[in-house]
Amino acid sequence: MSLTRSNFLRASLLGAAGLATGPFIRAARAAIPAVVHIATEAAFPPFNMQSPDGKIIGFEPDMVAEIARRSRLNCVMVSQAWDGMIAGLTGGKYEAVCDSISITPKREQVIAFTVPYTTGSSGFAVMKDGGPVLPGNGTQIVLDDDAATKPAVAALAKALSGKILGVQVATIQNDFLTKYLKDSITIRTYASGPDVYLDLTNGRIDALMASSTNIAAFVKRSKGDMIRTGFTFTGGVLGLGSAIGLRQDEVELKAAFDTALTGMIKDGTLRGLSMKWFGTDITPAA
Amino acid sequence: MDIHFLLGLIPTLLSGLPLTLELTVFSLLGGGVIALLLNGLRAGSIVGARVADFYVFLFRGSPLLLQIFLIYYAPGQFSFIRHSFVWPFLREPYVCALLALMLNDAAYTSEIIRAGLRAAPRGAIEAAVVGGMSPLTRLRRVILPLAFRQALPAYGIEITGMLKSTSLASVVTLMDVTGIASAEVSQTYRAIEVFLTAAVIYLVLVTLVTYGVQRLEGWLSPTRTPLSARSAA
Repeated sequence: MSLTRSNFLRASLLGAAGLATGPFIRAARAAIPAVVHIATEAAFPPFNMQSPDGKIIGFEPDMVAEIARRSRLNCVMVSQAWDGMIAGLTGGKYEAVCDSISITPKREQVIAFTVPYTTGSSGFAVMKDGGPVLPGNGTQIVLDDDAATKPAVAALAKALSGKILGVQVATIQNDFLTKYLKDSITIRTYASGPDVYLDLTNGRIDALMASSTNIAAFVKRSKGDMIRTGFTFTGGVLGLGSAIGLRQDEVELKAAFDTALTGMIKDGTLRGLSMKWFGTDITPAA
Repeated sequence: MDIHFLLGLIPTLLSGLPLTLELTVFSLLGGGVIALLLNGLRAGSIVGARVADFYVFLFRGSPLLLQIFLIYYAPGQFSFIRHSFVWPFLREPYVCALLALMLNDAAYTSEIIRAGLRAAPRGAIEAAVVGGMSPLTRLRRVILPLAFRQALPAYGIEITGMLKSTSLASVVTLMDVTGIASAEVSQTYRAIEVFLTAAVIYLVLVTLVTYGVQRLEGWLSPTRTPLSARSAA
């Protein structure tokens, strides 16, 4: 076929029609695909990270492998920056996201979640030398409990007044800082977790806020230069623990994942994985 | 598309505009000064010319994004820098981003100036010599005006280029238009609306700059202004 103007027009129209019908074809096919792609950041140790030879390893990849085995699905982990991860899910680039994503009401409006696989709490880390000392000493505050939250937040605001806090952008910890401490601190947001860690060691920020498990990993990596300090928080804007995120129409896939996860929580497999990667149990009670 | 969301979005994104403009203007000013120094160095000696060449090679040959990362993350890795007098400056992400933008802009601008300086025709310079002008007067009345007119279109492209390059500052926690846009996207998951709106803001800015430079070019064009009007002015 020679390339004439009318041929070109016809081909373009066909192409455009194909593009326009694409989403409908996808929407109609809610059944589980042969290969289930699951996105993760591969930069959130020890939940997920990249091994020196380029493999995605960590607590979540192990958990996904076990889910795949139990539900007889072919699950493949793919790496994707946190920025845009959920947009990629709703846009159909992969079937699920597994990146220590906390269940929050705001996210539930956009995506569906499996049952949670962690209890989820968040806290602060500072440098051992010269870092601010925060009140609380590890006491866990549930944000839904106003009587406990108010004095804890007031004490924190006082200790952190005028300080710069680092946090990963668009995380529940970012929401927490914005909601409770915005007026007394400067918040600096970073695209990825390791960037926050790096800038705390560089002395650009006075403290960082992250999930408790993340902080444990940071402290371990810093070889004692960094310490955890202050209250830990859970509930409220900090959500109800992490779960695998799916599109809302992926009902069958969610059912398969839920069954496998619930089984793993019941028979202690998930607790075993948590002990292996975190050295402590971060999973919900059976 | 949700019109209420869009209407709320525009002021949010525009709150990053002062930072975007600030970074653009200061990086162009600082870059311009360094570019002039580089040209002085080039004219001074052969060694100076090699140094200037190497500078241009370095900053034009590597991605600006990496330059920003290096200036932001590298100095903090050395404790002697962290304990020196420069750290209070390098600690600030704003300073790091501005420094990277400035150094990068200087490399491009110095080449634009160099090309402009070469544009004065030999005949015009000889005529000035014959007319008895001192070297400084020659520079002021013949070489620089010709160089400026010659370099203006290329420099206009550099201005718009820098304007867009400032968006890279968002990778080191600066909340310029792009920084606010990407934070907004990860909070609302509405990538299309937010990024399109941010792009429109940049488009408007670039259009204004392009128009301004074109007006200036026209005003400086010898064919449009009669000689008599010029000598009167």
